[in-house]
Amino acid sequence: MSNEAALHGHSEVAHSHEVHHGDDHGHHHKETFITKYVFSQDHKMIAKQFLITGMIWAILGGLMSVLFRLQLGYPDQSFPWLEDILGRWAKGGHISAENYYALVTMHGTVLVFFVLTGGLSGTFANFLIPLQIGARDMASPMMNMLSYWFFFGGSVVMLSSLFIQTGPFSGGWTAYPPLSALGSASPGSKTGMDLWIIAMAMFVISSLLGGLNYVSTVLNMRTKGMSMTKMPLTMWALFFTAVLGILSFPVLLSGFVLLLFDRHAGTSFYLSDIYITGVGALPNEGGSAILYQHLFWFLGHPEVYIILLPAMGIASEVLSVNSRKPIFGYMAMVGSMFAITILAFLVWAHHMFVTGLNPFLGSVFVLLTLLIAVPSAIKVFNWLTTIWKANIRFTPGMMFAIGFVSLFISGGLTGIFLGNSTLDIHLHDTYFVIAHFHIVMGVSAFFGMFAGVYHWFPKMYGRFMNNTMAYIHFWVTLIGAYLIFWPMHYEGLAGMPRRYWDYSIWESFKQFSELNKFISTVAIIVFAAQLMFVFNFFYSIFKGRKVTVQNPWGATTLEWTAPIRPGHGNWPGEIPEVHRWAYDYSKDGRDFIPQTEPVGADESKHH
Amino acid sequence: MTTTGIFLLTILALGFLITFQIAKASEYVSVLKGEKKAFEQSNKVNAFLMVVFLVLGLLGVWWCNHLLFGKTLLAHPSASDHGENIDRMLYITIAICGIVFIITQILLFWFAYKYQYSAKRKAFYYPHNNKLEILWTTVPAITLCILVGFGLYYWFRITGDAPKDSLVVEITGKQFGWIYRYPGQDNTFGKKYFRMIDEGKGNQLGLNWLDTTIVKKNHNNEVAGSIDVKADPASFDDIVTNEAIYVVEGEPVKLVINSRDVVHDVGLSHFRLKMDAVPGTPTTLWFTPLYTTAKMKEMTGNPKFEYEISCDQMCGNGHYSMKGLIKVVTKEEFILWKAKQKPAYAVAHPAPESAAPAPAAADSTNKATTSVAKEVKPVAIAAAKP
Repeated sequence: MSNEAALHGHSEVAHSHEVHHGDDHGHHHKETFITKYVFSQDHKMIAKQFLITGMIWAILGGLMSVLFRLQLGYPDQSFPWLEDILGRWAKGGHISAENYYALVTMHGTVLVFFVLTGGLSGTFANFLIPLQIGARDMASPMMNMLSYWFFFGGSVVMLSSLFIQTGPFSGGWTAYPPLSALGSASPGSKTGMDLWIIAMAMFVISSLLGGLNYVSTVLNMRTKGMSMTKMPLTMWALFFTAVLGILSFPVLLSGFVLLLFDRHAGTSFYLSDIYITGVGALPNEGGSAILYQHLFWFLGHPEVYIILLPAMGIASEVLSVNSRKPIFGYMAMVGSMFAITILAFLVWAHHMFVTGLNPFLGSVFVLLTLLIAVPSAIKVFNWLTTIWKANIRFTPGMMFAIGFVSLFISGGLTGIFLGNSTLDIHLHDTYFVIAHFHIVMGVSAFFGMFAGVYHWFPKMYGRFMNNTMAYIHFWVTLIGAYLIFWPMHYEGLAGMPRRYWDYSIWESFKQFSELNKFISTVAIIVFAAQLMFVFNFFYSIFKGRKVTVQNPWGATTLEWTAPIRPGHGNWPGEIPEVHRWAYDYSKDGRDFIPQTEPVGADESKHH
Repeated sequence: MTTTGIFLLTILALGFLITFQIAKASEYVSVLKGEKKAFEQSNKVNAFLMVVFLVLGLLGVWWCNHLLFGKTLLAHPSASDHGENIDRMLYITIAICGIVFIITQILLFWFAYKYQYSAKRKAFYYPHNNKLEILWTTVPAITLCILVGFGLYYWFRITGDAPKDSLVVEITGKQFGWIYRYPGQDNTFGKKYFRMIDEGKGNQLGLNWLDTTIVKKNHNNEVAGSIDVKADPASFDDIVTNEAIYVVEGEPVKLVINSRDVVHDVGLSHFRLKMDAVPGTPTTLWFTPLYTTAKMKEMTGNPKFEYEISCDQMCGNGHYSMKGLIKVVTKEEFILWKAKQKPAYAVAHPAPESAAPAPAAADSTNKATTSVAKEVKPVAIAAAKP
């Protein structure tokens, strides 16, 4: 589909391009409130919708973690106000075990899928792809709009599950059967689980609609001169992310469909030899509970990279712009992302070393898992070299990009522990795992997201966010994240299991009660700092300092050649043509050379 | 809402307000001062904070270790031979990753400080260098191969076959507790079938004590066939207990792991081991305990020390309370304990003295063995699992 057709729908495909090359872009739409802000087909508006929905989810998901951290940090203390807001879930001001597990499960589901997948990819893929490759909009703006509304629908269903009588699903975000298949095994596995599956199915549809769009847009709609290797790394990252999602989410959906059959159609895909106390022996025979884990992690592991790759792409771009230096090793960066994309599909069973997996098969997954550390290491060293001999401007985006690299190193290295099956026997499902994945894909992906929000906020809203609040936000979050998660490694080295409501009855794990209190207190402070970010965000949309120049960061990429507040269609005139890669910073004595500038005859060559 | 709650909320709100006012004011000040000057100042502050963070962070890493190391398992020797290998692997990994961690974090924050913006300097245009790329592809690859090599060496030793003379104990998870079974005099586990479970009659594992015809029903509660289960004489002397697993110091023990309902996990943190309990798919795990519980009490200086079995796989609302025990004892103590145990069949059927000799007396050579039902699921398929 051509750029012009994408924008105006099929009815106008017949028009010759000449007609549209006038200055009247953005004027001949009759936009109502509904088409502009609600059922918008403008990729920029859809991106904002994803971002704000993601932020609401992040606040809810974060609040859930604050609530269950209260239980973990202060198990003996009563908080009467909890009963006021949670009712029977917190009788006498104590969060019940049932509610604790519901909170833990929802926190995981919401953060992994609705915030760090929907909120992160949904925002930046939508916002950046057309702007950075030079397209008027996505290949299919209609599908793009549907992608958001399926996401919204899934969100509503997931949210509604919090309010039903038997409570939301409470068996952990991975939803392993038989626990997730049997309502008799846990109240959360009753209606809550059905709603969870429906919400996740809608989420998968949303993700596929979005992903197919991102891939086809990147492949087909690049502006003149924008070869694949001239694209900024954000584009490569978002492209690979979409490919991962398209190939792995359907497998997850199939796993969910089988689970639904086991729940309601009397099949035995995952069930066998089960006797539930109080119910008796179940009729199911011949299924395998492990089958689900394979299907789940076949998505579940690529999912980690679906979350991380966009953050890597954003960090690469922001680091380069604010270092006033080209990203070091562009082709190596693309190559390592490609390697990560391939390997992401070949490592899923490292989540299953202790399920009774054949040890030989386990050893293959050890090798492949540790192999993935090689492209990760390449990326880290390339980022370090990018800021070497740079001229760094510490914009809020840059600070978060540096924080991202620090957290990615810290969390990535503990992956080398867990990917090694020998150590995984000991550390599996302990706090070591919590520390590992929260640092490497939780906090660091959030840092990538924050870097992106601060960096592209001027493009989104034509205003700046407040810097002072941004710096406070950065330092509190970075220090807080390390204070929360670093000591958890030690809890893991004591064998302390995840997902325990109370450790006081355990002689082996109760020595950490002081530490748990400390972690909970820090978590509350860090959460408060995130609220400040949210405030800064919304305040700045309306009252922030106005952007007065088209290219406030002095960046080379195409989005900064569009007007400060671009209309639907992005460029009023023709889409600019591209002549060079995106990283000509400090070349030949010039601060930066935009991608749109033709290569001069006397320019030094490298690329 | 309590007064303290209101008080805390007020403080929070005030904090926000003050931060916001300062933030707003500093924006106005920067406009007055000129944006360039304001930027240069804040850039210097943040660059300085980067290096402060680095130094305090590395000190914090040391301090955290100082405070918490003693509370981890590494402060005491591992309780099993496999655990010693795992600890060795752990230290190798910590050494390698620790070096990488310190070097990369120092480079990151030091570069951030050193190469902060200066009007006098221009950034160095340095887009690529293939030699460097090759260097940091091969060095990590080789290092990781070393880690994979060590890891797999230990992995195959740990997951290899248990010694032939191992003590075999069956452990079955259920919501929310553990059931342990010893094979009894005949050294053979009797057959069991999950439809035979009858808690009211003292048969928590569904041992085949009776010839029974079980009517199968589908999920709509309609009859869907039946199955004949024959009593297995080998099951009559099986010892079933919920108290603890007793094992002998220095002698290998093999656990056959089952689950009765959902997925559980036998977590043996002191032995550094773990294995899932999956319904319908038995798994195994073996190790040699090195210290008796009594010795461990002395070594840890904790008179309440126990080898606790923790459930390490989310299994429902009582997950956190699913505790089991392993008692590591001397050979003599074990023999004494074993002698005191009654077979589950005898416990469930406290026969009057005059009654015919209890089938519990039957051993595996008894002629009754010939009538083992074919339909019955053999118990230790899993043992074949490597």
